Amino acid sequence: MGSRSFLWSLAKNYFTVGLIGLTISDRYASIVPVRGNSMSPTFNPQTSTFLGSSDDDYVLLEKFCLQKYKFSHGDVVVFSSPSNHKEKLIKRIIGLPGDWIGTHSHDVIKVPEGHCWVEGDNLLSSMDSKSFGPIPLGLINGRVTHIVWPPPRMGGVETRIPVGRFSSN
Amino acid sequence: MRVVKYISEWSSIAKEALSQTFIVAKFLCLLHVTNAYICSPTLVFGPSMLPTLNLSGDVLLAEHVSHRLGKVGPGDVVLVRSPLDPRKIVTKRIVGMEGDRISFSLDPSSTDSCHTIVVPKGHVWIQGDNVYASSDSRHFGPVPYGLIQGKVFCRVWPPYGFGALE
Repeated sequence: MGSRSFLWSLAKNYFTVGLIGLTISDRYASIVPVRGNSMSPTFNPQTSTFLGSSDDDYVLLEKFCLQKYKFSHGDVVVFSSPSNHKEKLIKRIIGLPGDWIGTHSHDVIKVPEGHCWVEGDNLLSSMDSKSFGPIPLGLINGRVTHIVWPPPRMGGVETRIPVGRFSSN
Repeated sequence: MRVVKYISEWSSIAKEALSQTFIVAKFLCLLHVTNAYICSPTLVFGPSMLPTLNLSGDVLLAEHVSHRLGKVGPGDVVLVRSPLDPRKIVTKRIVGMEGDRISFSLDPSSTDSCHTIVVPKGHVWIQGDNVYASSDSRHFGPVPYGLIQGKVFCRVWPPYGFGALE
Protein backbone atom coordinates (compact mmCIF):
# COMPACT_ATOMS: atom_id res chain seq x y z
CA MET A 1 0.00 0.00 0.00
CA GLY A 2 2.88 2.30 0.83
CA SER A 3 4.41 2.07 -2.62
CA ARG A 4 1.11 2.91 -4.25
CA SER A 5 0.64 6.10 -2.24
CA PHE A 6 4.25 6.96 -2.96
CA LEU A 7 3.64 6.56 -6.70
CA TRP A 8 0.48 8.61 -6.43
CA SER A 9 2.23 11.50 -4.73
CA LEU A 10 5.07 11.27 -7.25
CA ALA A 11 2.61 11.49 -10.14
CA LYS A 12 0.87 14.41 -8.48
CA ASN A 13 4.16 16.24 -8.08
CA TYR A 14 5.14 15.63 -11.69
CA PHE A 15 1.75 16.89 -12.83
CA THR A 16 2.09 20.08 -10.77
CA VAL A 17 5.60 20.76 -12.00
CA GLY A 18 4.53 20.17 -15.59
CA LEU A 19 1.58 22.49 -15.20
CA ILE A 20 3.64 25.31 -13.75
CA GLY A 21 6.46 24.80 -16.22
CA LEU A 22 4.10 24.85 -19.18
CA THR A 23 2.43 28.02 -17.96
CA ILE A 24 5.72 29.80 -17.41
CA SER A 25 7.07 28.73 -20.78
CA ASP A 26 3.86 29.84 -22.49
CA ARG A 27 3.34 33.16 -20.82
CA TYR A 28 6.65 34.43 -19.54
CA ALA A 29 9.85 32.89 -20.81
CA SER A 30 11.34 29.71 -22.15
CA ILE A 31 14.68 28.38 -23.28
CA VAL A 32 15.12 27.08 -26.81
CA PRO A 33 18.09 25.72 -28.78
CA VAL A 34 19.24 27.41 -31.97
CA ARG A 35 19.96 25.05 -34.84
CA GLY A 36 21.74 25.91 -38.04
CA ASN A 37 23.97 28.79 -38.94
CA SER A 38 21.49 31.22 -40.46
CA MET A 39 21.97 33.64 -37.56
CA SER A 40 25.74 33.34 -37.32
CA PRO A 41 27.76 35.23 -36.08
CA THR A 42 25.15 36.21 -33.46
CA PHE A 43 24.31 32.56 -32.67
CA ASN A 44 26.30 29.44 -33.54
CA PRO A 45 29.34 31.39 -34.84
CA GLN A 46 31.45 28.34 -35.65
CA THR A 47 30.57 26.33 -38.71
CA SER A 48 28.53 23.46 -37.40
CA THR A 49 29.07 19.89 -38.47
CA PHE A 50 26.23 17.58 -39.36
CA LEU A 51 26.18 15.88 -35.98
CA GLY A 52 27.46 18.86 -34.02
CA SER A 53 24.42 19.49 -31.88
CA SER A 54 26.66 19.82 -28.83
CA ASP A 55 27.76 23.34 -29.72
CA ASP A 56 24.27 24.71 -30.31
CA ASP A 57 23.46 27.91 -28.52
CA TYR A 58 20.57 27.95 -26.08
CA VAL A 59 18.71 31.22 -25.86
CA LEU A 60 16.18 32.77 -23.50
CA LEU A 61 12.89 33.61 -25.17
CA GLU A 62 10.68 36.17 -23.49
CA LYS A 63 6.96 36.18 -24.18
CA PHE A 64 5.85 39.46 -22.63
CA CYS A 65 6.04 41.08 -26.04
CA LEU A 66 3.14 38.87 -27.16
CA GLN A 67 0.64 40.75 -25.02
CA LYS A 68 0.94 43.92 -27.09
CA TYR A 69 2.80 42.67 -30.18
CA LYS A 70 5.09 45.67 -29.99
CA PHE A 71 8.43 45.03 -31.62
CA SER A 72 11.24 47.30 -32.66
CA HIS A 73 13.75 47.18 -35.48
CA GLY A 74 16.60 44.81 -34.81
CA ASP A 75 14.78 42.49 -32.37
CA VAL A 76 15.62 38.83 -32.75
CA VAL A 77 12.41 36.79 -32.76
CA VAL A 78 11.35 33.16 -32.98
CA PHE A 79 8.37 32.47 -35.23
CA SER A 80 6.78 29.51 -36.94
CA SER A 81 7.57 29.25 -40.60
CA PRO A 82 4.71 30.43 -42.83
CA SER A 83 5.11 27.44 -45.12
CA ASN A 84 5.34 24.80 -42.37
CA HIS A 85 3.80 25.59 -39.01
CA LYS A 86 5.75 22.89 -37.19
CA GLU A 87 9.06 24.49 -38.06
CA LYS A 88 10.35 27.31 -35.86
CA LEU A 89 12.73 29.86 -37.30
CA ILE A 90 14.86 32.48 -35.59
CA LYS A 91 15.51 35.72 -37.42
CA ARG A 92 16.02 39.43 -36.94
CA ILE A 93 13.24 41.95 -37.61
CA ILE A 94 14.35 44.37 -40.30
CA GLY A 95 11.10 46.06 -41.20
CA LEU A 96 7.88 46.82 -39.36
CA PRO A 97 4.46 47.74 -40.81
CA GLY A 98 4.68 50.76 -43.07
CA ASP A 99 8.42 50.53 -43.77
CA TRP A 100 9.86 50.40 -47.25
CA ILE A 101 12.36 47.59 -47.62
CA GLY A 102 14.96 47.36 -50.31
CA THR A 103 15.32 43.72 -51.26
CA HIS A 104 18.48 42.36 -52.79
CA SER A 105 16.89 42.06 -56.18
CA HIS A 106 16.81 45.88 -56.32
CA ASP A 107 13.13 46.44 -55.83
CA VAL A 108 11.51 48.24 -52.93
CA ILE A 109 8.40 46.86 -51.27
CA LYS A 110 6.18 48.18 -48.50
CA VAL A 111 5.63 46.00 -45.45
CA PRO A 112 1.84 45.55 -45.12
CA GLU A 113 -0.20 46.25 -42.00
CA GLY A 114 0.33 43.65 -39.26
CA HIS A 115 3.36 42.11 -40.94
CA CYS A 116 7.11 42.37 -40.52
CA TRP A 117 10.18 41.74 -42.62
CA VAL A 118 12.64 39.26 -41.10
CA GLU A 119 16.14 38.34 -42.20
CA GLY A 120 18.94 36.20 -40.85
CA ASP A 121 22.27 37.71 -39.87
CA ASN A 122 24.07 35.34 -42.17
CA LEU A 123 23.29 36.79 -45.57
CA LEU A 124 24.49 33.74 -47.45
CA SER A 125 22.49 30.91 -45.90
CA SER A 126 19.21 32.04 -44.50
CA MET A 127 15.64 31.20 -45.32
CA ASP A 128 13.86 34.41 -44.52
CA SER A 129 11.62 37.12 -45.94
CA LYS A 130 13.83 37.24 -49.02
CA SER A 131 12.32 33.90 -50.00
CA PHE A 132 8.83 33.97 -48.45
CA GLY A 133 8.06 37.66 -48.15
CA PRO A 134 6.79 39.56 -45.11
CA ILE A 135 5.31 37.41 -42.33
CA PRO A 136 2.28 38.18 -40.12
CA LEU A 137 3.24 39.35 -36.64
CA GLY A 138 0.86 36.74 -35.26
CA LEU A 139 3.31 33.97 -36.15
CA ILE A 140 5.89 35.31 -33.71
CA ASN A 141 6.44 33.15 -30.63
CA GLY A 142 8.73 35.36 -28.61
CA ARG A 143 11.73 37.63 -28.51
CA VAL A 144 15.25 36.41 -27.85
CA THR A 145 16.92 38.42 -25.12
CA HIS A 146 19.87 36.39 -23.81
CA ILE A 147 22.16 33.55 -24.68
CA VAL A 148 22.20 31.17 -21.71
CA TRP A 149 24.43 28.37 -22.96
CA PRO A 150 27.36 27.73 -23.56
CA PRO A 151 28.86 29.64 -20.60
CA PRO A 152 31.61 31.58 -22.43
CA ARG A 153 29.03 33.13 -24.75
CA MET A 154 26.51 33.93 -22.03
CA GLY A 155 25.07 37.41 -22.25
CA GLY A 156 22.51 39.67 -23.79
CA VAL A 157 21.62 39.78 -27.45
CA GLU A 158 22.02 43.25 -28.82
CA THR A 159 19.43 44.70 -31.15
CA ARG A 160 21.44 45.58 -34.21
CA ILE A 161 19.84 47.71 -36.86
CA PRO A 162 21.29 47.28 -40.32
CA VAL A 163 22.05 50.65 -41.81
CA GLY A 164 20.13 51.86 -44.79
CA ARG A 165 17.93 48.82 -45.26
CA PHE A 166 14.59 50.43 -44.54
CA SER A 167 13.01 53.82 -44.63
CA SER A 168 9.91 54.61 -42.62
CA ASN A 169 7.47 57.32 -43.33
CA MET B 1 10.67 33.80 25.63
CA ARG B 2 8.00 36.04 24.32
CA VAL B 3 10.05 36.83 21.23
CA VAL B 4 10.38 33.14 20.36
CA LYS B 5 6.65 32.67 20.68
CA TYR B 6 6.05 35.74 18.55
CA ILE B 7 8.37 34.48 15.82
CA SER B 8 6.88 31.00 15.77
CA GLU B 9 3.39 32.47 15.52
CA TRP B 10 4.36 34.62 12.58
CA SER B 11 6.23 31.87 10.85
CA SER B 12 3.20 29.62 11.00
CA ILE B 13 1.07 32.38 9.54
CA ALA B 14 3.59 32.95 6.78
CA LYS B 15 3.69 29.24 6.04
CA GLU B 16 -0.07 29.14 5.81
CA ALA B 17 -0.15 32.15 3.49
CA LEU B 18 2.55 30.64 1.30
CA SER B 19 0.72 27.36 0.94
CA GLN B 20 -2.52 29.18 0.09
CA THR B 21 -0.73 31.27 -2.53
CA PHE B 22 0.74 28.10 -3.99
CA ILE B 23 -2.70 26.54 -4.28
CA VAL B 24 -4.03 29.64 -6.07
CA ALA B 25 -1.00 29.68 -8.39
CA LYS B 26 -1.51 26.01 -9.19
CA PHE B 27 -5.14 26.69 -9.98
CA LEU B 28 -4.24 29.58 -12.30
CA CYS B 29 -1.69 27.39 -14.07
CA LEU B 30 -4.30 24.68 -14.53
CA LEU B 31 -6.67 27.30 -15.94
CA HIS B 32 -4.06 28.54 -18.38
CA VAL B 33 -3.16 25.06 -19.59
CA THR B 34 -6.81 24.14 -20.04
CA ASN B 35 -7.45 27.35 -21.93
CA ALA B 36 -4.42 27.05 -24.14
CA TYR B 37 -4.32 23.34 -24.87
CA ILE B 38 -7.74 21.81 -24.36
CA CYS B 39 -10.68 24.12 -24.79
CA SER B 40 -11.70 27.66 -24.08
CA PRO B 41 -14.81 29.85 -24.33
CA THR B 42 -14.77 32.70 -26.84
CA LEU B 43 -17.13 35.60 -27.38
CA VAL B 44 -17.58 36.41 -31.05
CA PHE B 45 -19.60 39.14 -32.70
CA GLY B 46 -19.81 40.92 -36.00
CA PRO B 47 -21.55 40.39 -39.31
CA SER B 48 -18.97 38.26 -41.08
CA MET B 49 -20.35 34.81 -40.13
CA LEU B 50 -23.99 35.83 -40.26
CA PRO B 51 -26.16 32.85 -41.09
CA THR B 52 -24.14 30.63 -38.78
CA LEU B 53 -23.38 33.01 -35.94
CA ASN B 54 -25.41 35.94 -34.72
CA LEU B 55 -24.56 39.57 -35.13
CA SER B 56 -24.87 40.48 -31.49
CA GLY B 57 -22.50 38.06 -29.92
CA ASP B 58 -22.33 34.32 -29.37
CA VAL B 59 -20.28 32.41 -26.85
CA LEU B 60 -18.51 29.50 -28.50
CA LEU B 61 -16.35 26.70 -27.21
CA ALA B 62 -13.14 26.23 -29.15
CA GLU B 63 -10.86 23.26 -28.78
CA HIS B 64 -7.12 23.56 -29.19
CA VAL B 65 -6.16 19.97 -29.87
CA SER B 66 -6.95 19.31 -33.52
CA HIS B 67 -5.04 22.23 -35.02
CA ARG B 68 -1.91 21.07 -33.22
CA LEU B 69 -2.38 17.60 -34.68
CA GLY B 70 -3.06 19.06 -38.12
CA LYS B 71 -6.61 17.74 -38.18
CA VAL B 72 -8.55 20.76 -39.37
CA GLY B 73 -10.02 20.62 -42.81
CA PRO B 74 -12.29 22.49 -45.20
CA GLY B 75 -15.61 23.43 -43.63
CA ASP B 76 -14.32 23.81 -40.07
CA VAL B 77 -14.97 27.08 -38.25
CA VAL B 78 -11.66 28.19 -36.80
CA LEU B 79 -10.25 30.98 -34.67
CA VAL B 80 -7.48 32.72 -36.57
CA ARG B 81 -5.12 35.42 -35.38
CA SER B 82 -5.77 38.22 -37.84
CA PRO B 83 -2.83 38.83 -40.19
CA LEU B 84 -3.66 42.52 -40.25
CA ASP B 85 -3.73 43.04 -36.48
CA PRO B 86 -2.10 40.33 -34.34
CA ARG B 87 -4.00 41.45 -31.24
CA LYS B 88 -7.31 40.49 -32.83
CA ILE B 89 -8.70 37.00 -33.29
CA VAL B 90 -11.22 36.44 -36.04
CA THR B 91 -13.66 33.58 -36.58
CA LYS B 92 -13.84 32.25 -40.13
CA ARG B 93 -14.53 29.08 -42.02
CA ILE B 94 -11.76 27.20 -43.80
CA VAL B 95 -12.55 26.95 -47.48
CA GLY B 96 -9.36 25.47 -48.86
CA MET B 97 -6.19 23.82 -47.64
CA GLU B 98 -2.76 23.95 -49.25
CA GLY B 99 -2.75 22.99 -52.91
CA ASP B 100 -6.47 23.62 -53.40
CA ARG B 101 -7.66 25.76 -56.27
CA ILE B 102 -9.95 28.53 -55.05
CA SER B 103 -12.27 30.65 -57.16
CA PHE B 104 -13.63 33.76 -55.55
CA SER B 105 -15.04 37.12 -56.47
CA LEU B 106 -13.79 40.09 -54.56
CA ASP B 107 -17.05 41.99 -54.40
CA PRO B 108 -20.02 39.70 -55.11
CA SER B 109 -22.61 42.46 -54.79
CA SER B 110 -21.42 44.55 -57.73
CA THR B 111 -19.31 42.52 -60.13
CA ASP B 112 -19.15 38.99 -61.37
CA SER B 113 -15.42 39.03 -61.99
CA CYS B 114 -13.88 35.87 -60.68
CA HIS B 115 -10.30 35.22 -59.59
CA THR B 116 -8.71 31.82 -59.22
CA ILE B 117 -5.64 31.09 -57.15
CA VAL B 118 -3.89 28.03 -55.77
CA VAL B 119 -3.35 28.06 -52.01
CA PRO B 120 0.43 27.91 -51.36
CA LYS B 121 2.15 25.36 -49.15
CA GLY B 122 1.43 25.65 -45.46
CA HIS B 123 -1.40 28.11 -45.92
CA VAL B 124 -5.18 27.92 -45.65
CA TRP B 125 -7.90 29.92 -47.34
CA ILE B 126 -10.45 31.32 -44.88
CA GLN B 127 -13.73 33.06 -45.60
CA GLY B 128 -16.66 34.34 -43.63
CA ASP B 129 -20.05 32.83 -44.29
CA ASN B 130 -21.41 36.26 -45.16
CA VAL B 131 -19.59 37.05 -48.40
CA TYR B 132 -20.92 40.60 -48.49
CA ALA B 133 -19.56 41.80 -45.16
CA SER B 134 -16.47 39.86 -44.32
CA SER B 135 -12.83 40.79 -44.40
CA ASP B 136 -11.10 37.51 -45.14
CA SER B 137 -8.69 35.76 -47.48
CA ARG B 138 -10.29 37.50 -50.43
CA HIS B 139 -8.69 40.70 -49.15
CA PHE B 140 -5.52 39.62 -47.39
CA GLY B 141 -4.80 36.38 -49.22
CA PRO B 142 -4.20 32.90 -47.83
CA VAL B 143 -3.07 32.84 -44.19
CA PRO B 144 -0.29 30.65 -42.76
CA TYR B 145 -1.51 27.59 -40.88
CA GLY B 146 0.43 28.76 -37.83
CA LEU B 147 -2.07 31.56 -37.27
CA ILE B 148 -4.89 29.11 -36.49
CA GLN B 149 -5.61 29.22 -32.78
CA GLY B 150 -8.41 26.72 -32.37
CA LYS B 151 -11.38 24.99 -33.87
CA VAL B 152 -14.89 25.96 -32.85
CA PHE B 153 -17.01 22.93 -32.08
CA CYS B 154 -19.95 24.06 -30.00
CA ARG B 155 -22.07 27.08 -29.20
CA VAL B 156 -23.15 27.62 -25.61
CA TRP B 157 -24.90 31.00 -25.78
CA PRO B 158 -27.60 32.09 -26.66
CA PRO B 159 -29.48 29.11 -25.17
CA TYR B 160 -31.70 28.49 -28.20
CA GLY B 161 -28.64 28.07 -30.37
CA PHE B 162 -26.97 25.63 -28.02
CA GLY B 163 -25.34 22.71 -29.74
CA ALA B 164 -22.66 21.55 -32.09
CA LEU B 165 -21.68 23.72 -35.03
CA GLU B 166 -21.76 21.99 -38.37
